[in-house]
Amino acid sequence: MQPFELIRPASVAEATAAFRGDAAFLAGGHTLIPAMKSGLRAVERLIDLGSVPGLAAIGVESDRLWIGAMARHAGVAGSPVVRSAIPGLARLAAGIGDPQVRARGTIGGSVANNDPAADYPAALLALDGIVETSRGTHAADDFFQGMFATALADGELITRIGLRLPDRFAYAKFPHPASRYALAGVAVARFADAVRVAVTGATTGVVRWQAAEAALAAGGPLPEALDHPDLAADLHADADYRAHLAGVMLRRAAAA
Amino acid sequence: MPEVIVNGQPRAADVLPHTLMVAWLRDGLGLTGTHIGCNTSQCGACNILLDGVPVKACTLLVAQAEGHEVTTIEGLAGADGQLHPMQEAFRAAHGLQCGFCTPGMVMAGIGIAMRHGPDVSAETVRHELEGNLCRCTGYQNIVAAIRAGARAMAAAGLIAETADAAL
Repeated sequence: MQPFELIRPASVAEATAAFRGDAAFLAGGHTLIPAMKSGLRAVERLIDLGSVPGLAAIGVESDRLWIGAMARHAGVAGSPVVRSAIPGLARLAAGIGDPQVRARGTIGGSVANNDPAADYPAALLALDGIVETSRGTHAADDFFQGMFATALADGELITRIGLRLPDRFAYAKFPHPASRYALAGVAVARFADAVRVAVTGATTGVVRWQAAEAALAAGGPLPEALDHPDLAADLHADADYRAHLAGVMLRRAAAA
Repeated sequence: MPEVIVNGQPRAADVLPHTLMVAWLRDGLGLTGTHIGCNTSQCGACNILLDGVPVKACTLLVAQAEGHEVTTIEGLAGADGQLHPMQEAFRAAHGLQCGFCTPGMVMAGIGIAMRHGPDVSAETVRHELEGNLCRCTGYQNIVAAIRAGARAMAAAGLIAETADAAL
């Protein structure tokens, strides 16, 4: 790993003020540290958010569940508040990585990274999420901009995630058997006035699935497979297989 | 200089900021029971307890543990040398072949016992071991050891008789 200067801020304001030059925020470190170890990423300044108090709070305010950016996956999975408000989200968190990864990885880190096969981005899109940052808010629909790309500006820090309370929410994924990342994952959120469906893993970045939303809203037949111009394909699964898997995961999530 | 409590003793970490926990434990403190297997956050040979919870020491900076408690495999046994119930269960069930993955398996087993309690099923143990690799493929006895260790930890009062199965 390339050496860096470590900053341990005591507040969000100190953290963002420390961001200059080739810098990065460190949350749970379970993507960033491996990337730095392998030489894919090198930074001059690493700003450790572990020293900032108050960033892991979880609570319900009016029609939203708010989860602090530094809430660990295990913390979300085990939170009585999350289990009561959106039980399907607690189950999603309990299915990320392995127990040791869940003890460190955070929702803010996952959302900021926007891995095209990560689980949380699908939940944010389906649950009409709000990404609150040091500079304002982003709607999830505008936040995720394709593989590893987000609306975050340099030095903009996610503080918490707001998820609209649904009538029902379920997430189904076909995990890669080694990494537990989604070969295809589908999140279905039903609200009184809408159905929102999001797909991760099957495309090059998380997307809404409008055909599935329309079918669920109308009670019509569900699409057999995902029809999308940017299907993912790699040595693990080709595009047709992922498109088909998305259809299977849609049925599981819709039936849950 | 950051200070980390390692196996109950405050230790000054006189290291550069990019030093990984596993490197400091092994090369700085001589605690070579924490192994480096894949070094890519997958195999679990480097599992340690951070404030009592299993984490991967290859994916943790020393600085992130400043002021926290780290327990390595060397710190599990009592001062009189009596093995931790999970270690004793691995010995009794012969839950190892070459032994390379064993320290990490023992740590993962302690986490499983804490999360799922003494009556954890073999199916749950297998699922919860998804972050630990045994290249000897000796999982049968590892699963048996963790289940026995969980029962022994409850008998010793280290975990509650019931635990939250959803974690």
